[in-house]
Amino acid sequence: MTNVQNPISFSVNGKPVSTREAADTPLLWFIRDNVGLTGTKFGCGIGMCGACTVHVGGRALRSCVTPISAVDGGEVTTIEGLSSNASHPVQKAWSEMQVPQCGYCQSGQIMQAVTLLSDFPEPTDEIIDAVMAGNLCRCMTYPRIRAAVKRAAAIAKEAQTHG
Amino acid sequence: MRGNHRNTRNALFVVAAVSAAVAAGFVGYGWKPEILDAPSPTGAFTQELVARGEVLAGAGYCGVCHTSDPAKPYAGGRGLVTQFGTIFPTNITPDPATGMGSWSRSAFARAMREGVSRDGSHLFPAFPYDHFALLSDEDIDALYAYFMTRTPVRQVNQDNTLPFPLSIRFLQTGWKLLFFRPPEPENAILQTAEARGRYLVDGIAHCGACHTPRNALGAEIAWRAMDGADIDGWTAPALNGNTPSPTGWSTSDFYNYLRTGSSRLHGTAAGPMSPVVHQGLAKLPDDDIQAISQYLVTFGGGSSALQEAAEQRSLEQDAAQSASPLATLGERLYVTACATCHFNAGEEVADARPALGLNSALSLEKPDNLLHAVLEGVSAEDGKPGVAMPAFRTMTDRDLAEIAKYLRSTRTDLPPWTDLEERVARIRSAGAAHD
Repeated sequence: MTNVQNPISFSVNGKPVSTREAADTPLLWFIRDNVGLTGTKFGCGIGMCGACTVHVGGRALRSCVTPISAVDGGEVTTIEGLSSNASHPVQKAWSEMQVPQCGYCQSGQIMQAVTLLSDFPEPTDEIIDAVMAGNLCRCMTYPRIRAAVKRAAAIAKEAQTHG
Repeated sequence: MRGNHRNTRNALFVVAAVSAAVAAGFVGYGWKPEILDAPSPTGAFTQELVARGEVLAGAGYCGVCHTSDPAKPYAGGRGLVTQFGTIFPTNITPDPATGMGSWSRSAFARAMREGVSRDGSHLFPAFPYDHFALLSDEDIDALYAYFMTRTPVRQVNQDNTLPFPLSIRFLQTGWKLLFFRPPEPENAILQTAEARGRYLVDGIAHCGACHTPRNALGAEIAWRAMDGADIDGWTAPALNGNTPSPTGWSTSDFYNYLRTGSSRLHGTAAGPMSPVVHQGLAKLPDDDIQAISQYLVTFGGGSSALQEAAEQRSLEQDAAQSASPLATLGERLYVTACATCHFNAGEEVADARPALGLNSALSLEKPDNLLHAVLEGVSAEDGKPGVAMPAFRTMTDRDLAEIAKYLRSTRTDLPPWTDLEERVARIRSAGAAHD
């Protein structure tokens, strides 16, 4: 069913998009099928695993349970838009620590970790566990995720002091 | 015996005469003439006056009720569901046939201050004329100028669904006799911010229309001003000393919430409160929002001495959450689906991480506000602008009930909510019916 009345408009990685897809279309579908960005993954479809995490207004959000109508006028960032050359501190740390195994959940893990670090620049293990508990990893890379989050915090801090 | 008969007859005569006099008085009080004065020519309004009217129309959220199709502002609204029936806000564009095009300034002023339409019929108090009566002459002029210079839209008003005899507008005379004590228009120059706040809150912004409970006949109960009430399937929480919020509301809490759509300790303006902030109060200058906040805090819901303690307690509760397989279903679901955004740690609650333990939704008598937010989410346009919350409709009624139960039992000392699953189901299906 298309939404003939009012088009829904927002930006994805800085590019404006406008659509007449049904208002309750999940943001995840729209990002993958309409915009064609497939770095964001479908996991559980009920907002319980975190694989579909993107940013809206700079904050992590589960795109599989967010209708496109809810982001009308907003700014969406996906893993593809986090940086143009994988230079974000979290991406650097992930690569340094070789976090992924199969990789399916990792774009969601990274997007969630970015929000975690913006709220808690020097997170303890307890804080990492509490905030990242909604991002499941079937390969059990959790110890490396924890380490990489701390490494990213250090990289960001260095950049601040030297930049 | 004859004498008795005569006495009875005399008594009956007196009763009949008094009844007739009362009836005549009732009719005399209730009968209002049609106002046939010509409307002011639109060229007569200064730009300044129209601009002032636009600010006031925002502060009164006129468009929130009087608009259903955003392409036709003020051409008539979605029905207001009341306990008496559904009332359809009318077309207030200057279309002569279906809107206010034939209304003079005096007809408009009478509607705003006495709740009487141009043709002399009584308006129902779903239109908050009991608040608008406070407006100054100049503000009435400004609103009139604003509405008369909008684009006229031809759209016939929808019929209300009030059952007979409530549908008889003349009977509103009785309601007005019982409950309508119009304040004098406030024409004096207001000296203090608090006085300006009172003028805005009690007048154009009509906060009490939602936040003050009403009696069985739908009139606001004056002695329970801002004591909280149910509206549109949500609860408009108490703003006075009965505030359900564990931290209370300080002037700056009110200010941040009403200016930006969210405050650090109180979360976001969702549901029916969202358009109040983003479409309505957004038009007012910062000084007026400050004035409103200074007045609202005088109702006694102000920052309690316990504010810091409540915040610390909330942080401790977050620290105690556990993802252990021994935890309850509600706790496990909370930890995976909710805590990622709502968990807090460290010295204080973070601005963009609404602490649910401090949010009034968790401390209200009914779980409805919480369930609405969880089922419907919060869009980027509502609450804190640009930031959204997903709609967790994919969870089962039981899952959502368990999350609500877990939060209520661990984050508050209040009695558990009852019938949670049924309420989830009801709000879910009501939401589906709106789509």
